[in-house]
Amino acid sequence: MESTANSDLITRPDSMLGRVISSAKIRDAVKGIKRIKRSHRQIRTENVFKRSLTIIALLTVVLVFGIMLTLIWQSMMSIKTSGLGFLWGKTWDPVRDIFGTYPFMLGTLLTSFLALFISIPFSFAVGIFLGEYYPKGWVSNLLKNTVELIAAVPSVIYGFWGLAVLVPIVRSFESLIGVAPVGLGIFTSSLILSVMIIPYAASLGRSMIQMVPSNLKEAAYSLGATRWEVIRSVILPYTKSGLFAGILLSLGRALGETMAVTMVIGNTSLIPHSIFAPGNTMASVIANEFTEADHPVYLSALIELGLVLFLVTVVINMIGKRLIKRFTTD
Amino acid sequence: MKAIKSLGLACLALAISASMMQSCNGSGTGSGTDSTANKPGDDNTILGAGSTFDNPLFSKMFSEYNKTNGLKVNYQSIGSGGGIQQLTSKTVDFGASDAPLNGKQDSALSSPVIHIPVTAGAVVLSYNLPEVKDTLNITPDVLSQIFLGEITKWNDPKIAAINKGVKLPATAILVAHRSDGSGTTAIFTSYLDKVSEEWHTKVGKGGSVNWPIGLGGKGNEGVAGSVKQTPGAIGYVELAYAVQNNMPFAKMQNKAGNYIIPSIASVTAAANITIPADAKVSLTNTEATDGYPISGFSWVLVYKEQKYDNHSADKATKMIKLIQWMLHDGQQFSAPLNYAPLSPAAVAVGDAQLKTVTYDGKPVLQ
Repeated sequence: MESTANSDLITRPDSMLGRVISSAKIRDAVKGIKRIKRSHRQIRTENVFKRSLTIIALLTVVLVFGIMLTLIWQSMMSIKTSGLGFLWGKTWDPVRDIFGTYPFMLGTLLTSFLALFISIPFSFAVGIFLGEYYPKGWVSNLLKNTVELIAAVPSVIYGFWGLAVLVPIVRSFESLIGVAPVGLGIFTSSLILSVMIIPYAASLGRSMIQMVPSNLKEAAYSLGATRWEVIRSVILPYTKSGLFAGILLSLGRALGETMAVTMVIGNTSLIPHSIFAPGNTMASVIANEFTEADHPVYLSALIELGLVLFLVTVVINMIGKRLIKRFTTD
Repeated sequence: MKAIKSLGLACLALAISASMMQSCNGSGTGSGTDSTANKPGDDNTILGAGSTFDNPLFSKMFSEYNKTNGLKVNYQSIGSGGGIQQLTSKTVDFGASDAPLNGKQDSALSSPVIHIPVTAGAVVLSYNLPEVKDTLNITPDVLSQIFLGEITKWNDPKIAAINKGVKLPATAILVAHRSDGSGTTAIFTSYLDKVSEEWHTKVGKGGSVNWPIGLGGKGNEGVAGSVKQTPGAIGYVELAYAVQNNMPFAKMQNKAGNYIIPSIASVTAAANITIPADAKVSLTNTEATDGYPISGFSWVLVYKEQKYDNHSADKATKMIKLIQWMLHDGQQFSAPLNYAPLSPAAVAVGDAQLKTVTYDGKPVLQ
C-alpha cells in the first residue's frame, strides 16, 4: 500500500505516461473501495461505541429515577397516613404509629454543616499546601497519600475510633465547659464527620490550584506580590468554583454518612437543644430501625424518611450548582 | 442504513437477553433434574431466617445436628422482624423470633403459623457505679421511674430505701438503651409496660419505642460501651452478653417480691409456669417465685400446614424432626452458650405444637 501510494504520487503529475496513470486509476479505485470498507467498519464501531455509551449513561439516569420512584411508591402508605406532618412532626413513635422527622432532619443538617464548617480550614489548607507550596517531592506525596487514605478508611472504623477515643475526650471537654458530660452527641459526630470529609474538598482543591495558569501567577509575582498575596488575589479567585464544588462534594458525603454517625450521635428522638446534646440523623434512624420494622406503616415511614433524605440531598446539590454558576459568571 | 444498524443492535440486545434467560432456565432446569434424580440433594437444605439473638445457639445446634443427621440448615440472622417477613413471603422454611406474632403480622399470613419455644433469654440491667461494690436491688417501680426520667440521681431516696446499707453516690443517672430495633428492647419494654401504668400510657412496648430519655447505642455492644464509659450510667443488655463481658448487673424484684439475680437457672425457672397451648406467652413479670422477671422465650415459627408451593413432604418431615431434636437433645448446648434451657413445661407445649403440624392434612409426626 505504502509503495503504491508513493508511486501514485510520483505518477499522477506525470500525465505523459498514460498506462501508468490508468493502472494507477485502477489501483486508486481498488484502494478507494477498501477505504470505504474500512471507513464503514470504523463508522460502525464508532456508532456502536457511541450508542453503548448513550445506553449506559441513560441506564444511570433510569437507575436514579427508578430509585426515586421506588421510594415514592413504597412510602405512599406513610404519605397517606402522616401527610405533611411527617416533615415537621416532632414525635417519632413507632408504637403508636406517629411519625415526625423534624428532630432527624435537624440532626442531619446540624451535623453536616457543623462538620463542613470544621473541615473547611483543614481541607483548604491541605489543598493550598499541596497545590501551591509543595506540589512535588516526598513530603507532598506522603501528605497527599495520607489525606487520600482518610477517604479509604471504612466508616465503621471511624465509628469505633470515635467511641473509644473521641467520646472520652469530648466528655472531659464537656465537663470542663460545664455541660452534661455525655460524650456522645451532635458535636462528636460533627468532629468525626469533619475528619471523614476532609479529603474530598482537599483533593479537588489541590488539583484546581495546580491548574491555575502559571502566567497569571508569574504576572502577579512580577508586580511584586508576595506568595500570600498571590494566593489571596490570584489563586483563590481563579479556583473558587472548584473549591466550592469540593465543599459540595464533602457536604454530600456528610449528609449521607450513616455508620460512624450512628455510633457516636447518641440516637435519641428528642429534639437537640444544643450542639452537645445527643440527637439522631435520618440515615442513622433508617440504619437502626429498618431491620426490625415489624409493621407495614412503620416500614413505609422509614422508606419515606429515605425519600426525604434523598430530596434534601438533591435540593442541597441544586442550590450548590446554582451558587457555583453564580461564582463562575462573576 | 441507520435503521438497519439500530435493528442489528436491537437484535444483539435481544440475543444477549435471550441467551441470559436461556442460561437461567438452563441452570433452573438443571437443578430441577438434579433434585429429581437425587432427592436428598434439594430437600436436604433447610432455610431459616430471623432472630439475631438465637444465632450463636442455632449455629451450634445446626452444626451438631449436621454431624449426626447430615441435614444442612442455612440460617440467616437478619432480625426477628425480617424473619417473619421472609416466612410470610415463603422464601424460608422457618422463621425465628424473640416476640410472638402480633395481630398485624398474623393477618398478613396466608395460612396459620405455630410458635415453638426453643430457648429463653433474659435482659439484665447493667450499671456503672465504681463506688458501689454490692449488687444493687431494683424494683419494677424504681426501674420504670429511672427509664421515664423521674429518678435522676443515684442517691434518690427511692433507690436508697431498697438498698439499705449501700452508700449511693450523688451521681446523675444516665440511661442507655438500644437504638436499633431489637427483641431485647421488645422484652424489656413489654416488662415495663406490664409493671408501670405510666409507661404503658406514655411509651408502650415494641422492638423500638419513643424513649422519653437517654442515649441510644447500636446493638448490645453500643449500650455496653455507653455504660462502661460513663460513670452513673444504667442500661439493659442481653444476659449472655453481660456474662461474657463481665458486666455488673442488678437484682430485680419479681412479682412474688423476691430479688432475683439474673442467671440461666432463674430464667429457666421463670419459664416454668403454665404455658398456653399456642405457646404465645410473654415471660416478663413471671408468676414463678424464683424466676427472673425480665425473661422471654425465643420461638421457631413454621406453617401449620406444610404443603405449600413446592414444599415436599420429605423436607417438612426433616424440618419438624430437627425442631423436635432442638427441643430435646439440642437443649444441652444452651447453657454453655449462656442461653437458658427450656423448662419442662415449655418442652411439653413445644412437643404438643409440633404434633399439630400437618402435610396435606396428615400429621407429619406419627
